[in-house]
Amino acid sequence: MKPFENVKSIVTPLDMVNVDTDQIIPKQFLKLVQKSGFGKFLFFNWRYDENKNIKSDFILNDSKCAGSKILVAGDNFGCGSSREHAVWALDDYGFSVIISSSFADIFFSNCFKNGILPISLDPKIVEKLLQETNSVEVDLENQIIKTSSEDIPFQINSHKKKILLEGLDDIAQTFQFEDKIRAFEEKSIIPSVL
Amino acid sequence: MGKTLFEKIWESHIVVEKQNEPDLIYIDRHLVHEVTSPQAFDGLRMNDRKVRRPDLTIATMDHNVPTTDRSLPMLDQTSSIQIKTLENNCKDFGIKLFDINSPNQGIVHVIGPQLGITLPGSTIVCGDSHTSTHGAFGALALGIGTSEVEHVLASQTLWLEKPKTFEVRVEGKRKNTHAVTAKDIILSIIKNIGTAGGTGTVIEYRGEGISDLSMDQRMTICNMSIEGGARAGLIAPDEKTFDYLRNREYTPKNYESLVNSWRDDLKTDSDATFDKQFILDINDIAPQVSWGTNPGMTCDVDEPIPSPDEFSNGDPNQKKGAEKALEYMDLKPGTMIEDIKIDRVFIGSCTNARLEDLIEASKIIQGQKVDSNVSAMVVPGSQMVKKQAEEMGLDKIFIDANFEWREAGCSMCLGMNPDILSPGERCASTSNRNFEGRQGNGGRTHLVSPVMAAAAAINGHFVDVRKLDLN
Repeated sequence: MKPFENVKSIVTPLDMVNVDTDQIIPKQFLKLVQKSGFGKFLFFNWRYDENKNIKSDFILNDSKCAGSKILVAGDNFGCGSSREHAVWALDDYGFSVIISSSFADIFFSNCFKNGILPISLDPKIVEKLLQETNSVEVDLENQIIKTSSEDIPFQINSHKKKILLEGLDDIAQTFQFEDKIRAFEEKSIIPSVL
Repeated sequence: MGKTLFEKIWESHIVVEKQNEPDLIYIDRHLVHEVTSPQAFDGLRMNDRKVRRPDLTIATMDHNVPTTDRSLPMLDQTSSIQIKTLENNCKDFGIKLFDINSPNQGIVHVIGPQLGITLPGSTIVCGDSHTSTHGAFGALALGIGTSEVEHVLASQTLWLEKPKTFEVRVEGKRKNTHAVTAKDIILSIIKNIGTAGGTGTVIEYRGEGISDLSMDQRMTICNMSIEGGARAGLIAPDEKTFDYLRNREYTPKNYESLVNSWRDDLKTDSDATFDKQFILDINDIAPQVSWGTNPGMTCDVDEPIPSPDEFSNGDPNQKKGAEKALEYMDLKPGTMIEDIKIDRVFIGSCTNARLEDLIEASKIIQGQKVDSNVSAMVVPGSQMVKKQAEEMGLDKIFIDANFEWREAGCSMCLGMNPDILSPGERCASTSNRNFEGRQGNGGRTHLVSPVMAAAAAINGHFVDVRKLDLN
């Protein structure tokens, strides 16, 4: 996994609550067998109408958000389906930071497997960031979001921070505990399926 | 101090424990399907890794399989590739697969219990959020992403942060157990706690209202835990649980000795405490119908659709969400639920396509015809459910009423196969999600129980099934 690097960009304000993963990446795009190329399908049904024309009133289609790497959204972002394709689509589109007042559990976990930083903030601060029109810098090492007017600190579990900063391979880490896994298997009472 | 059932299962599966870091948890059962696994197998290949425990891993194809005649070639090339990819991956990595022609094929959360693969006290994962279904057997069952699928394939473990505990106590007795179902209980719970009410927690469903339920009904409850935001849902196993799993095709040989230990161990201690609690009294609950675009946007069948102000309780963001939902659903506040006309009926999904669901729905249909403006289908949850239903003659009841009777799969719950709504179509659906476009771009979904869906099919609009003679 690529290590997380600090980000400076304008924010894309998606002022909606309960944005589910069916909206982030609609089901017709889950049939691909690779991880790449999902960005063009991100928020597909909100970006395009039935005839594939661009919907000009959707925020991702607003030219002032072009090149944005930071998505700000309302409460309970990423709820619903476990599809990691949602994170692959956000990543491939160019987002590397998602800010919300809360995230659904599986989506939150999927972010860290793909080098995306989800930041959970007080709803009042999220409201302010939704209005921010200047560039914002996200500094993971120091856990600070720098806006034109203030520095906003954020919390992150130290283990998760390390995974992002070092771009660690989870599985290689786990293999270091091979002896413990084997010891567990020897005493487990749950039998094989077959 | 005592421990909750969740804490007992968690602690008995810790492989590595570290201060202020996630625990490494052992996974007893890994269920795999065609949509969320290809990239995980690719990851194994790229790093020259193998599947650590093929004997704890079971695969089937359910999400995008056609539900029409399976002797015909698949028309959708991309789905066909995904199915072929799963076949190849299972062959290459030595995993048991119930393929499209297997009598054991079906929705992964329907076949796991039916085959005796799901076991009390075990940890179960699958790259699907409705894995919570298996919690009905007292298993800790978690939906995971594809990276985690790869991690489990490689190591049979997962790094997990310990969730908090949430007691949902269901008290009382339903007055009409045919009209008010497990689906209405879980929709009532979600309506009350909200779609993020369970975030970061494992729910344990307890109380008389839960122990009274059959296993098929308990699965409906646990299935929708994720719709309340929870990491998993759990119900302590009892004799109904043990009876259900006895003598299934993959029930372990030492089952009775396992049952003896489960009987003593797998319950929450009387002095255990939960981090959070919600109590639902079901003495007077009504059949539920969702009106919006998330499962929390639900009301009683005899209520009018709430205004965004009433729904949001002063929260401006929720109000905005409700306004957007009503616009998408083309509904007006104040409209009575029973006045809403429907175009389609879908009886299916891992929530409500088990034998008991089909039996209950068939009682409504018997001797009647689907309304001429409605097209209706039944998609059994597994080929085994389909066969059992056919042995009981249920297929004839549905077909005589002009329902389509299909092969097993996820079908129109998420519309990855050709079973989808057209833009603007309104559907009474026994599935779990009423998100925008979930059942087809522009489609409008109302979540209901199988009996409510069946009654809507016959009448062309929603009907309060408490008014019908169901005994």
